[in-house]
Amino acid sequence: MTELSKSGAAMTEPVDTASPAPSAFLEVRDLKVHFPTDDGLVKSVDGLSFTLEKGKTLGIVGESGSGKSVTSLGIMGLHTAGQYGKRKAQISGEIWLDGTELLSADPDHVRKLRGREMAMIFQDPLSALHPYYTIGQQIVEAYRIHHKVDKKVARRRAIEMLDRVGIPQPDKRVDGYPHEFSGGMRQRAMIAMSLVNNPELLIADEPTTALDVTVQAQILDLIRDLQKEFGSAVIIITHDLGVVAELSDDILVMYGGRCIERGPAEKVFYEPRHPYTWGLLGSMPRLDREQTERLIPVKGSPPSLINIPSGCAFNPRCPYADVPKDNVTRTVRPELTEVGSQHWAACHMTHEQRERIWTEEIAPKL
Amino acid sequence: MARGTAAGPRAVLAYLIRRLFAAAVMLVVIILVVFGIFFLVPRWAGVDPATMFVGKQADPAAIEAVRQKLGLADPIFVQVWEFFKGLFAGRTYAAGGDVTECAAPCFGYSFRNEQAIWPVLTDRFPVTLALALGAAVLWLIFGVAAGVLSALKRGSLWDRGAMVIALGGVSLPIYFTGLLSLAIFSYGLGWLDAQYVPIEESFTGWLGGMILPWITLAFLYAAMYARITRATMLEVLGEDYIRTARAKGLREPVVIGKHAMRSTMTPILTMLGMDLGALIGGAILTETTFSLPGLGAAVLKAISDKDLPVILGVTLITSLAVIVANLLVDLLYAVIDPRVRLS
Amino acid sequence: MTTQRTTGRRKQAAAAAAVVAALLSTAACGGGNDDDGGSKSGAAGFNAANNKVAQASLAKKGGELKFAGAQDADSWDTTRGYYGFAWNFMRYYSRTLVTGKAEPGAKGAEVTPDLATSTAKISDDGKTYTYTLRDGVTWEDGKPITSKDVKYGIERVWAQDVLSGGPVYLKDVLDPKGEYPGPYKDKSADKLGLKAIETPDDKTIVFKLPAANSDFEDILGLASAAPVRQDKDTKSKYGLKPFSSGPYKFQSYTPNKKLVLVRNENWKQSSDPIRKAYPDKISLTLFTNANDMDQRLINGDYDLDIGQTGLSPQGRTTALKQHKGNLDNPVSGYIRYAVFPQSVKPFDNIHCRKAVIYGADHESLQTARGGPVAGGDIGTNMLPPSVPGSEGQKYDPYESATTNKNGNAAKAKEELKACGQPNGFKTTIAVRNNKPVEVATAESLQASLKKVGIDVEIDQFDGAQTTGIIGSPENVKKKNYGIIIMGWGPDFPTVQGYGLPLWSGKYILESGNNNFALIKDKTIDGLFDDYVTELDEAKKTEISTEINHKVMEGGYYLPFVFEKFINWRSNRLANVYTTDNYSGQYDFVNLGLKK
Repeated sequence: MTELSKSGAAMTEPVDTASPAPSAFLEVRDLKVHFPTDDGLVKSVDGLSFTLEKGKTLGIVGESGSGKSVTSLGIMGLHTAGQYGKRKAQISGEIWLDGTELLSADPDHVRKLRGREMAMIFQDPLSALHPYYTIGQQIVEAYRIHHKVDKKVARRRAIEMLDRVGIPQPDKRVDGYPHEFSGGMRQRAMIAMSLVNNPELLIADEPTTALDVTVQAQILDLIRDLQKEFGSAVIIITHDLGVVAELSDDILVMYGGRCIERGPAEKVFYEPRHPYTWGLLGSMPRLDREQTERLIPVKGSPPSLINIPSGCAFNPRCPYADVPKDNVTRTVRPELTEVGSQHWAACHMTHEQRERIWTEEIAPKL
Repeated sequence: MARGTAAGPRAVLAYLIRRLFAAAVMLVVIILVVFGIFFLVPRWAGVDPATMFVGKQADPAAIEAVRQKLGLADPIFVQVWEFFKGLFAGRTYAAGGDVTECAAPCFGYSFRNEQAIWPVLTDRFPVTLALALGAAVLWLIFGVAAGVLSALKRGSLWDRGAMVIALGGVSLPIYFTGLLSLAIFSYGLGWLDAQYVPIEESFTGWLGGMILPWITLAFLYAAMYARITRATMLEVLGEDYIRTARAKGLREPVVIGKHAMRSTMTPILTMLGMDLGALIGGAILTETTFSLPGLGAAVLKAISDKDLPVILGVTLITSLAVIVANLLVDLLYAVIDPRVRLS
Repeated sequence: MTTQRTTGRRKQAAAAAAVVAALLSTAACGGGNDDDGGSKSGAAGFNAANNKVAQASLAKKGGELKFAGAQDADSWDTTRGYYGFAWNFMRYYSRTLVTGKAEPGAKGAEVTPDLATSTAKISDDGKTYTYTLRDGVTWEDGKPITSKDVKYGIERVWAQDVLSGGPVYLKDVLDPKGEYPGPYKDKSADKLGLKAIETPDDKTIVFKLPAANSDFEDILGLASAAPVRQDKDTKSKYGLKPFSSGPYKFQSYTPNKKLVLVRNENWKQSSDPIRKAYPDKISLTLFTNANDMDQRLINGDYDLDIGQTGLSPQGRTTALKQHKGNLDNPVSGYIRYAVFPQSVKPFDNIHCRKAVIYGADHESLQTARGGPVAGGDIGTNMLPPSVPGSEGQKYDPYESATTNKNGNAAKAKEELKACGQPNGFKTTIAVRNNKPVEVATAESLQASLKKVGIDVEIDQFDGAQTTGIIGSPENVKKKNYGIIIMGWGPDFPTVQGYGLPLWSGKYILESGNNNFALIKDKTIDGLFDDYVTELDEAKKTEISTEINHKVMEGGYYLPFVFEKFINWRSNRLANVYTTDNYSGQYDFVNLGLKK
């Protein structure tokens, strides 16, 4: 938990889409990803903005269906690539990567950036790796898309990468198939593959969810070490606040396709200002406590993305929905407001109300 | 952590030997069953197998002679033994001063046509094989291509049109599409002679005669393969590793042509093996419609003639073809899918 | 037609017959009488080759005569073949002492010398037949054909255990007691132990019959009397490559696929008074799809159908519309009929049999068979028009083709009364399930008999098991088959070759029976006895007529039609004619090509 004091990710308000290229390495502005379905328009991401600098880590946290994975795929341009059939995802907003706006760029240009400038690690390495090709073949392929080298060079690079991610006997394992690897080793291999081109941006989508608890920590350590070594910007997507707390410079909490709280990691972790974030903290198991003590899960289920509740999307599940006056939580959608230095939250409760509830009701139970 | 590496040559060999042994056992069982059907069941039903073997309006002397030739008076196990011996060492049928040699592998002897079965099978096998293989090439190319296109353009006019045609192809019987194609292309437009010419007589004549049967047979299977390909491709396109391939920055044609096709082809190859095995047993309708002198036409003729030895021979060859096709498919599967262990 | 229930199949049959009749009436065809009628390069005209020779002078030497077939011969071994077309075709590669004349129609059925210098010198008692062989008759290797080769060929008929399938008339006539064991079990050194045949020298052959048989020369004209050379006898496999004594020899043969004959260079035209041997090559291609075959005939890919049983309905319609000049409509020699087993009550009573004959709608039965063209003329008696002694429709004892052609219910009821069944009765029709046309006739009969109170049930039996099912009188009685629907054609065109197995009391067999009516009539048996000892042709014809009358008077049969076919002949064929020797088939042996 070093360097948490120095917040690196600058958070800004949504800006006009016509604005010029930002100075940040990655800037997402008012991103909307909507999917037309027979039942209606699924608003998976509905107006999301954030920035990220090189060498920094952003953690995106939320339940499944909150829009965090859709966001990452949107940045990678994977909603438009290979979408067959009539119904295409509707994407709007801006994604600036190192001075280039990706949504309006030539798709082939974006394709060339994929894997080289931005790479991704997926949740389940077993299903994310092609079962019929060896680990080596898959890493070699990833490398040779972006580097004009012969197979021998690429293979040496693959072995080197496997060694780097801590796979023993890499010169042998390079010829193994994914099913011949253990879960942790597979994810290491996946990480090796994503880092083979020294990407500037690495997106890790639930990189540890499918792994044993003991292996989880190893993988997180590996990601942190590699980030230092490569100097990449990293986005870690997870439903587990504990994972991002250790790794991230900044944390962004998503609910119903929107950001409901964001800020430097220690702020969000130690001074959260949104009841949903409280719920996430409450449901987080801690190693320093006995499991018999109460976990406080968030009651209810995630909102429908077709009919998002009016007002605050979280209001049906919020124990404090009636604290603000005039039923405002059910009629007016709360905007993100600054609750501290670089710390933003979207809640109708006053700053004082939230501080009192946090210090008096929530924090003692955690 | 290693769970073993890919199967080495020794493992493959051991696997092959095991499978071949199993195949041989299977064949023996099939021979026994077929033998039972043709020799034992008639006996239980009170029919003299000899009368069934003579085939035509039988003179009692002729029936007696066949009974002698086949040793039908012998205990059944002696008869089975003679049959097996014939397969490997050949056989001599003798009765009434007439001696008939049936060289190994002796699959029996047709007293209807006065021919050993094995030469008949080897004479007709290439025709059926050419029919099956040629049609398979066509249906693989067109069926898989149509299926992939349909999957990529799911819900489009092309997809719906292709699937309607495919439904037609699957539902329309060969004798209908066959006669229709004959009526249009051969009798009507006169583009193709559509008559079988042995390949050693004229290659172009052979080709001209095979085109319509190939197309007719391929139409049926292409339709089936298009439907399977489409379904499999759609499933594969939803797989995580396809997303991974795109995330690497691969071009879409490579994603489809390499990563998605590799997985899509696995069930298709399995099907292909089975279908080829079955077709080699006799594409009866196609061969009959186009008067191709293949195994299917032979067995149909044999059935109408009650020429049991030919039926028996073709049954055995069919079983053999299916078993071999199964074996090849399993081996191929192990090559395609590294997760399959040869054990 | 009445409003009685008409089944779909009968409607179809009626419609098909109407189409054929309409097609025939529209096309006029001249030049049928002219020997070279029709166009010189095209078709000779409708019926141009029916009982007359079409385009004889256009036949040239050379070319490949192409037969197509939907079925291979049962065997090409002269001893084993029984199919009519096979006997016809065998004349290409086998010669006999005597054979049918190479002339159209009834003349073709007359016996004429072939290997022999003349027809037989017959002893006064009609039991000894002597022949002398011609000079210059040779086998395909150039060696002369001897009287011993002829004897050996005939002896092979005795080896039924090895060479089953062919006709056994020779055996029945020459060795009725079955004393000779056949050449393969013959203990004598030369294997020529059959006592009834003597070969005093290589040119002379003498047949000594235990009892006279006036049709013996007809029997010697069958392919089964062809010579076979002992050193070339491959026994059961002889049919795969018979050793030729005729103008053509086997080049290649794959059963059910293809047969090719080429010229036998050792055959001398001067030694053969019958065969013209026009083409250089004769091929037979076998099809599995009869419709496909007909289409290829019409397209001109082949010259004629070796089966000679008429085009399929589909091809028939096309051919009649567009190529009528390529068709002949000969009488097949077959009679299609219903027969009444006397063992099944009440058919033991002649009046009940006659009731069915009078009750039947003969025109409707004819329509079910395909109408007057594709089916044939209404059958009025049981002797085929191709058999000497036949009077055709002139002999019509039940007025089936005239007054009663749509049935005579009043007469039928009268007969029922006489039979003691004034209110009718119930019975069963047995019909082969693999012959749709026969099923259609059964349905027609069922409908018309209902009107006179005879209630029949139709039992379709497995056509492939015909011999076992209706060939057993015991089974017929058990199944109560009062009416059996069948057809019959002559092995050789005499009353003996046609009717003996059907009407002789001696031929009632426990299995393989063909005397379905179980006729045991001393008069008929006596007439057959007279026939076989009568050597005078005119008298033989008289007896034949009388046998026919006796059969008809007994009311054992209800004839449907004197069957006719519609056969195809290509534009290339010349010297084409039908012959009664092979039941209205074209005489294959002298077909020629125009170019």
